[in-house]
Amino acid sequence: MNVRALLVFLVFPLSAFAQGYAGLGTSAEGFSTPKPGYEFQFPQDHGPHPDYRIEWWYLTANLQGADGQDYGIQWTLFRSALKPFESDGWQSPQLWMGHAAVTTPDNHYFSERLSRGGIGQAGVQADPFDAWIDDWHMRGDGLDHLALAASGTEFSYDLTLTASGPLVFHGDRGYSVKSADGQASHYYSQPFYTVEGVLRLPTGDVAVTGQGWLDREWSSQPLSEDQSGWDWFSLSFDSGQKLMAFRLRGERGDFTSATWIEADGKSATLDDGSVQFTPLATHNVADRDVPTRWRVSLPDKGVEVDVNAITPSAWMGTRFEYWEGPVRVSGSHTGQGYLEMTGY
Amino acid sequence: MTRAILLVLLSHWRMHRLQLVTLLTGIALATGLWSAVQAINAEARASYARASDQLALGQFDEIRDPAGSISLSRYVDLRRAGWQVAAVLDGSIRIEGQTVRVMGIDMVSAPALPAVTQTEQSATPPEPADILTAPGRLLVSPDLAPVFEGLDGYPPVIVSTALPPSFVLTDIGVAESLLDRSGQISRLIVLPEQPLDIPSLGDVAPGLIRTSPASQLDTAQLTDSFHLNLSAFGLLSFAVGLFIVHGTVGLAFSHRRGMIRTLRALGVAMPHLVRIILFELVTLALVGGVLGLVLGFFIAGALLPDVAATLRGLYGAPVDGQLSLRPAWALAGLLMAIGGTLAASVHALWRLSEMPLLAGPGVQAWRGSATSWRITAVTGVTMIAGGGICFAMFGGLLAGFVMLAGLLTGAALLLPLVLSLLLAALSRRANGPVAQWVWADMWSQLPGLSLAMMALLLALAANIGVGTMVSSFRLTFTGWLDQRLVSELYITAGDDAQGQLISEWLAPKTDAILPIRSVELPHETGPLFLYGVVDDPTYSEHWPLIARSPEAWARVHNDRAVLINEQLARRANLWPGDVLTLPPDHTLPIVGVYSDYGNPTGQAIVAMPVLDSIVPKVPTRRFGIRVDPSVATDLAQTLRDRFGLPTSAVVQQSAMKAQSLAIFDKTFVVTSALNVLTLGVAGFAILTSLLTLWTQRLPQVAPIWALGQTRAQLARLELVRSVLLAGLTAVLALPLGLLLAWVLLAVINVQAFGWRLPMHLFPADWLRLFLLTMLAAAVAAALPALRLLRLPPADLLKVFANER
Repeated sequence: MNVRALLVFLVFPLSAFAQGYAGLGTSAEGFSTPKPGYEFQFPQDHGPHPDYRIEWWYLTANLQGADGQDYGIQWTLFRSALKPFESDGWQSPQLWMGHAAVTTPDNHYFSERLSRGGIGQAGVQADPFDAWIDDWHMRGDGLDHLALAASGTEFSYDLTLTASGPLVFHGDRGYSVKSADGQASHYYSQPFYTVEGVLRLPTGDVAVTGQGWLDREWSSQPLSEDQSGWDWFSLSFDSGQKLMAFRLRGERGDFTSATWIEADGKSATLDDGSVQFTPLATHNVADRDVPTRWRVSLPDKGVEVDVNAITPSAWMGTRFEYWEGPVRVSGSHTGQGYLEMTGY
Repeated sequence: MTRAILLVLLSHWRMHRLQLVTLLTGIALATGLWSAVQAINAEARASYARASDQLALGQFDEIRDPAGSISLSRYVDLRRAGWQVAAVLDGSIRIEGQTVRVMGIDMVSAPALPAVTQTEQSATPPEPADILTAPGRLLVSPDLAPVFEGLDGYPPVIVSTALPPSFVLTDIGVAESLLDRSGQISRLIVLPEQPLDIPSLGDVAPGLIRTSPASQLDTAQLTDSFHLNLSAFGLLSFAVGLFIVHGTVGLAFSHRRGMIRTLRALGVAMPHLVRIILFELVTLALVGGVLGLVLGFFIAGALLPDVAATLRGLYGAPVDGQLSLRPAWALAGLLMAIGGTLAASVHALWRLSEMPLLAGPGVQAWRGSATSWRITAVTGVTMIAGGGICFAMFGGLLAGFVMLAGLLTGAALLLPLVLSLLLAALSRRANGPVAQWVWADMWSQLPGLSLAMMALLLALAANIGVGTMVSSFRLTFTGWLDQRLVSELYITAGDDAQGQLISEWLAPKTDAILPIRSVELPHETGPLFLYGVVDDPTYSEHWPLIARSPEAWARVHNDRAVLINEQLARRANLWPGDVLTLPPDHTLPIVGVYSDYGNPTGQAIVAMPVLDSIVPKVPTRRFGIRVDPSVATDLAQTLRDRFGLPTSAVVQQSAMKAQSLAIFDKTFVVTSALNVLTLGVAGFAILTSLLTLWTQRLPQVAPIWALGQTRAQLARLELVRSVLLAGLTAVLALPLGLLLAWVLLAVINVQAFGWRLPMHLFPADWLRLFLLTMLAAAVAAALPALRLLRLPPADLLKVFANER
């Protein structure tokens, strides 16, 4: 999800500064870099790592109303460090950005928040777990039970999340490689949430239930120079199995990676080239053509599925723009999930 | 054919170069003064607009703490309740003896200001880390670049042209340390997009007050009256300038009568001729207008720094001292020049078109007649009455100026009749033939000179009126300062805690410590500053009250009563016996009104405990100290040393007064400059009129010369005549000027600034002005007198030879 790294660097309202970050993927002066064989310590590692340049707490959920209507929600907190430390007061070099969205079959509502560290307006603490920016929060004892809330000008939601499976570590025990050049991140997920709560929409309140997926990732050198964007899938099949798969689009060829997760949480990492991604149809949104219908093949596991965006117009018109929305899965496996695409 | 006619007409100017110069000068002066004032106004207004845009002032709702600054934790509370607000810390620092405004904004959440956008789009944008983390960056206005050059101890500077003058914009984290106000926030900008269902402000942050842009202090509104004053002056100068144009055009036409008769005899149709003359006048107006614009640009450039200083001092309005050329201004100036020239020539043109085909070159036909004076006088009376009625009906500043315009124009129109009656009376009382001739001659010259005398009357009345207003104001202001600034020392502490320390340390060493504590509250008339005072005789003995109930001060301390300043009293029409309502629901009886010159906002004074009950926890950072004046200087230095206070934080009474008076004097530099210029223009108008009359002069003086008066005697009489007429006009201008002063003090000032001033009389100033007028009239008459002196007797003889 190097994508999200770029995102974070756009945290700044001075939009033109973003251009200065185009080459950021390659350098990580003074910052720690992910190392293979890193031993995760919990609950500490649920908290922030200010010595890494970028980090996020990224939650998506596929939800249904009482009438069977599909909904999706996103709750993301990005941390971006200007310098590899934290300090008190306005001059803290840690910046925080929140993105929240509710997607209905007809509409996509989103909101964005910005803050810096050091003053208490935004941050994450590991124990008891609390991640917040302004009035948005994701908090609980550990990651197993979470209360989640966010609001925008047209929506708000209040949800509770309960984990029914273990954490899943991607790549080599949480060391997730992102390019042939060796860029990598520390990356783990909690993909087994059951979710319930209320969405407040312009059309009224909707009680919803469903399943959620939390990604935790931090790094300092996210993108290879030639990489322009990515397509990232988190799919939950009705069989109970799950698939996380991404493709980083580069001039020197695509780089893919995937994690196959069994219903009991056992996982297997699938190397570059194991998964094939084929765009089948595009949708014009925000003046660009975005593939909202995909064929995803994973021959090793007998997977050959069509992934269809429920709401093709799920565009995040935030400072850094991207597509993020719920999907339906059909084919060899059926199910639902989330799709994120950047660089279009 | 047209070309030939034009060449014939233009040949006149070749032969009468002085007339051409006079005409162009008249147009240039009228256009120049008017344009200068317009340029100053436009520049100032553009500065306000730029500053508002650049600083996003008046675009968003704001949240403030009436008790002072907002703490960081309250900001976070609001944020964590969902309120989308951006923190701003305002203040000022002194660098190299210059006061610099500092605005620290939260660069992460505040709306992008133009200066920030400009910086980020520059060729070498700074890294966000440079802006947000120590030492940070200062975005400074171009005028500050040299100030910061080579200064140590400040963050690196980035120059931005998108900032008002003497202004520093920076991240709030940098501003905190620059202003030494860690953890403080001056105000919160309420961002336009707020999430659903946020709790009310009162629930999250009780005590904070939200204000809409409409109730925030608006510089443009505040300064409107100032600019209207300037405009009125510009218009007056323009009118006076047009008198010159009128005089010269009349002269030129009278000279050309022979030429026009010849042209018409040659078959040129009158409408064609009029069209060509119109073309000629427009061309001349354009030339004069361009000269005027150049002149205006320089006058404005010279006056603008003082105006800028005034506006900064009086209203805190950011005005750039630099003048830029605006196309709209130039175009308006040229249109004024053409319009004014044509208006001043319409009379002459009309006369021309009505002229019988074969009328002789005599000049008598050009003069106004005595009967027309009565019509003019009736018009004058009507204008005065009209202005008065307009003010009575509509009130307000604009109607006040209409009344003023009616009064001045009406009085000017009355002048010929009054002068003729005076001259007639004087001539009846004259002894001896020469004296009788002088009076009679003056009377007969009056029609030709009356316009110049009207210009003189206006200029003199304006001088006396405005001079009396300024001097009265200064006298009142000085007395008021003496009353108001009674403490020997004024101290500003860094914060509440230091204030406490200082006051404890000072207690045994001084006669009294008078804390100065204030809060800003919203009121229907705009922001209102509420001050708390302790019970000390200093106030009751010295505070200048202009209206009061009995026992006013006792009631302030015992009955929760309030004193309000004159501005608030007049704006809200509240006087002793009324009540003042303050948020949330305090009603306080008003027991007195005090004068409060130079303050644009409303103000009220209550007893200290009352202030605390209305707004708890107002910090105490400022004090007035009563102490033996002889030890004040030493004590000031001790205070600075002991508490590490900057020089500007401990100010002695005398310094404070000097500062206030300096600002005051600056305010009226422009007024005095315009005054002098207007008088100069009027002097010039007399000269042109006398030159106009010169051509008719010979037939009138030749008989006197023939009767035995020498040319030297005649030349002297010429001077005397001019001086006498000017003197009479000056005498008549005095009551008009005083009336003008009264209108300015009692009507215009009240409407414009909210205070009424007592009128003082300054006879010495009048005498000086009177002598100056005599001198101007003598100088203006010197040229015709000199001509007379040097006139060959043969020319005088020719008068008889040529007589038909």
